[in-house]
Formats: sequence, C-alpha cells, structure tokens
Amino acid sequence: MTYAQRAFIVLWKDVVTERRSKATLNALLFFSLMLLFLFQFTLGGDRERLVSALPGLLWLGFVLSGLVGLGRTFLLERENDCWDGLLLTPGDKSAIYLGKVAGNLLLMLVVEVILLALFALFFNVDVARALPALSLVLPLGTVGFAAVGTLFAVMTAHVRAREVLFPVLLLPVEVPVLLASVKATEAALAGEPLSAVAPWLQLLVAADVVYLVAGVLTFDALLEG
Amino acid sequence: MSRILGWLAALGLAAGMIMAFGVAPREVTQGNVQRIMYLHVPTVLVAYLAFAVVFVASIAYLWRRDPAADRLAHASAEVGVLFTGLTIAAGAIWGKPTWGTWWTWDARLTSVAILFVMYLGYLLLRGMIEDGERAARYSAVVGIVAALDIPLVHFSVYWWRTLHQPPSMLKPGPASMPEGILAALLVNVAAFALLYAYFVAKRVIVLRREEEVLA
Repeated sequence: MTYAQRAFIVLWKDVVTERRSKATLNALLFFSLMLLFLFQFTLGGDRERLVSALPGLLWLGFVLSGLVGLGRTFLLERENDCWDGLLLTPGDKSAIYLGKVAGNLLLMLVVEVILLALFALFFNVDVARALPALSLVLPLGTVGFAAVGTLFAVMTAHVRAREVLFPVLLLPVEVPVLLASVKATEAALAGEPLSAVAPWLQLLVAADVVYLVAGVLTFDALLEG
Repeated sequence: MSRILGWLAALGLAAGMIMAFGVAPREVTQGNVQRIMYLHVPTVLVAYLAFAVVFVASIAYLWRRDPAADRLAHASAEVGVLFTGLTIAAGAIWGKPTWGTWWTWDARLTSVAILFVMYLGYLLLRGMIEDGERAARYSAVVGIVAALDIPLVHFSVYWWRTLHQPPSMLKPGPASMPEGILAALLVNVAAFALLYAYFVAKRVIVLRREEEVLA
C-alpha cells in the first residue's frame, strides 16, 4: 500500500465514522449557532459595528468551533482502545498524521461553510460576491489550524486537563494564521481584489508549509508509547 | 563549573550596574528612565538566545533521545520565560513615563507577549505529564513548532501594526547611541548572558538530581 493510500484510509475511516455517528458535526453545528446568538447579544443591533467586526467574528467562530473539533481528533482511538492499532500500522506513521489533518480540514470546512451561510442569513451580509476569494482564503487558513491542531491533539489526548491545555498550546502558535486569515477575509468581504493582500496570503502559505512539514517530521515521536 | 559561572555572572552584573549608573551618560530627552534599557534590552536578547537553545536541544533530543538534551531544553525554556517576563515588566515600567502608558499593542510588544504565552504553554505541558520520557518527547515537539513560529509571529504582527498606523510615535530608544551608552549596553548583555548560563547550569543539575531521586 502506498503512503497516499494509507493516509486516505485513515481519512476514510474517520469520514465513515463521522457520517454514521454524526457526533462531532452535530455538536459543532449547534455550537456555532450558539456563537451567532452570542455575537448578536454582545454586539447589539448596530449593523455598522457588526459589519466592520465581521471578518474577526467569522474567524473567532471558526477558531472556537475548530478548538472543539480538533481537540477530539484522537478521542475515538483513546476511548475505544484503538491506540495500539494505530501504533501497529506498518510504514511511515506520518501518513496517519496527514490522514487526520485531511479529516480535520474537511470537518472544519463543512462547519465554516455552514457558519458562513448562517452569518449571511442572520446578519443580512452579502457574501455571494466574496465567495471566489473566500474559497481560497478559508482553506488556506484552515490548513494552518488543522496542521498544528492535529499535532497537538495527539499530546493533549494523553494529558490530564486536556480541555484547558489544548487551546493554551494551540492559540498562541496560531496567531500568524489568524491575523493573516482575518486580514484576507476583510479584503474579500470588502470586495477588494486578493492581490491587495498578497503578503498575507504568502504568509498563510508559508505558515501552512512550515506547520505541515514540522508535523510530518515530528509526528512519529509523538506516537510511540 | 556552575560556581565559576555564578561568580562571573555576579561580577558581570556588578560591572553592568556601574556602567549603567556611573559611566553611561544621562540621556537628554528621556532622563534617567532610559537606564531601564540596560535591563530591558539584555533580557530580551538573552530570552531569544534561550528559546534558540530550546529549539536546538529539542531537535537533539528527538534525534538522539539523550535525557541531557531534554534537561537543557527544560532549563533553558524556564529561564527564557523568566527573562521574557522581566523584559515585559521592565518595558512597562519604562513605557509609563515615556509613552504615558504601561502597555500598547505595538508590533514588538505584541510579538514578545505572544512568545511569552507560547513558552508558558510549553512549561504548562511539561508540568502536566508525569511520565518523564513522554514529557520530554511532547515538549520537544512543542519546542520545535514554537521556535519555527517565531519568525511567522514577527512578520504577521509587524504587518498587522504597520499597515494600521505608522510607528513614528512609538520608536523606542535613542535613534543613534553615543559610545558610553553602547558600551554600558554591551557589558550588560554579556552579564545577563552569563546569568542565563549560570541559571541553566544550576537548573540542569537540579533536574538531573530530581530524575535520580525518582528513578
């Protein structure tokens, strides 16, 4: 079996499990709906204030629901004692990492698209014209989150107080991704061309590459024992 | 070895004090407050050195699995966090009379604050894992990712601020340094580097004894 096939099998297993149980996705969708309510309650009815804060709020929603989802990456393996199964996988273990990253990416993107649609619906924001730009910005930013989030989720799966530790470790590292994504989303929603925020997109690509490479190289060391 | 380092650090710090308060001239516009720079700049430079050591020691640990590399990373991260904290505290004390505010979301302040939080998380992770070998592996990964993140944090935070407002009013420090000031600064940088080496050497010894007791 090739490396890509092994990564795909891990992804496929998670997708099938999730499709049958819908445990994470359902919880995340309700969670993001609650977030929308909270944003509305805390910001009040001022539309101008809301529109100017929208890119930040959008990513705050992605990050918060992402934290919940990413933190659960290896929970299934822990709860069902499948950890040894993962350890016994032959060949390069980083294929597991890439499969898990792809699964998290997929999960986060689904939540993000729905959250975006809910934003457009509830806050009467016109996201349609920004869609081409957003379809580039959202995956780029989400890869950065999923790459480090998946890596750190392995560690926090084995640590007590993981609910606290996971965000504390992940959020500071994600500051560059968050800043770049918010800036690019701001430009996209304002209808500016993406070339106006080219440095931010380059930073996003650089961050994604750095995180993924670091993840592939260090994942093996996390899995042992 | 660590005793010699300790005496050297003490001597260096004494020399640094003399240079900072005796030899270096009083800065014209800022007055004596400027002398905080002799603490502020050395601590931040040494903090960066400390995190670089964490990075190298973490890679070395994952490569060779030598517990000594892990102890070095652990000790260096602790001293680095201490020095980053000192930098932020000294900067705030300097900022209040000079800028009129303890804190501002300037690019450099923000990136050092993120650094501080990142390595606090690193130490938190260490504290939460009982198994020494696992703690070493996990924190080595975090030490590597955090160090790789430092340049990204710097660029992003710098653009984030400078695209917003020009840094004209928040240019810290004198534009060009007279010789007395520069010499005092260099002596203090050397002194704090020695202090860092002393702390790390001592901490490594303590960590090794802890491991021996627990083993």
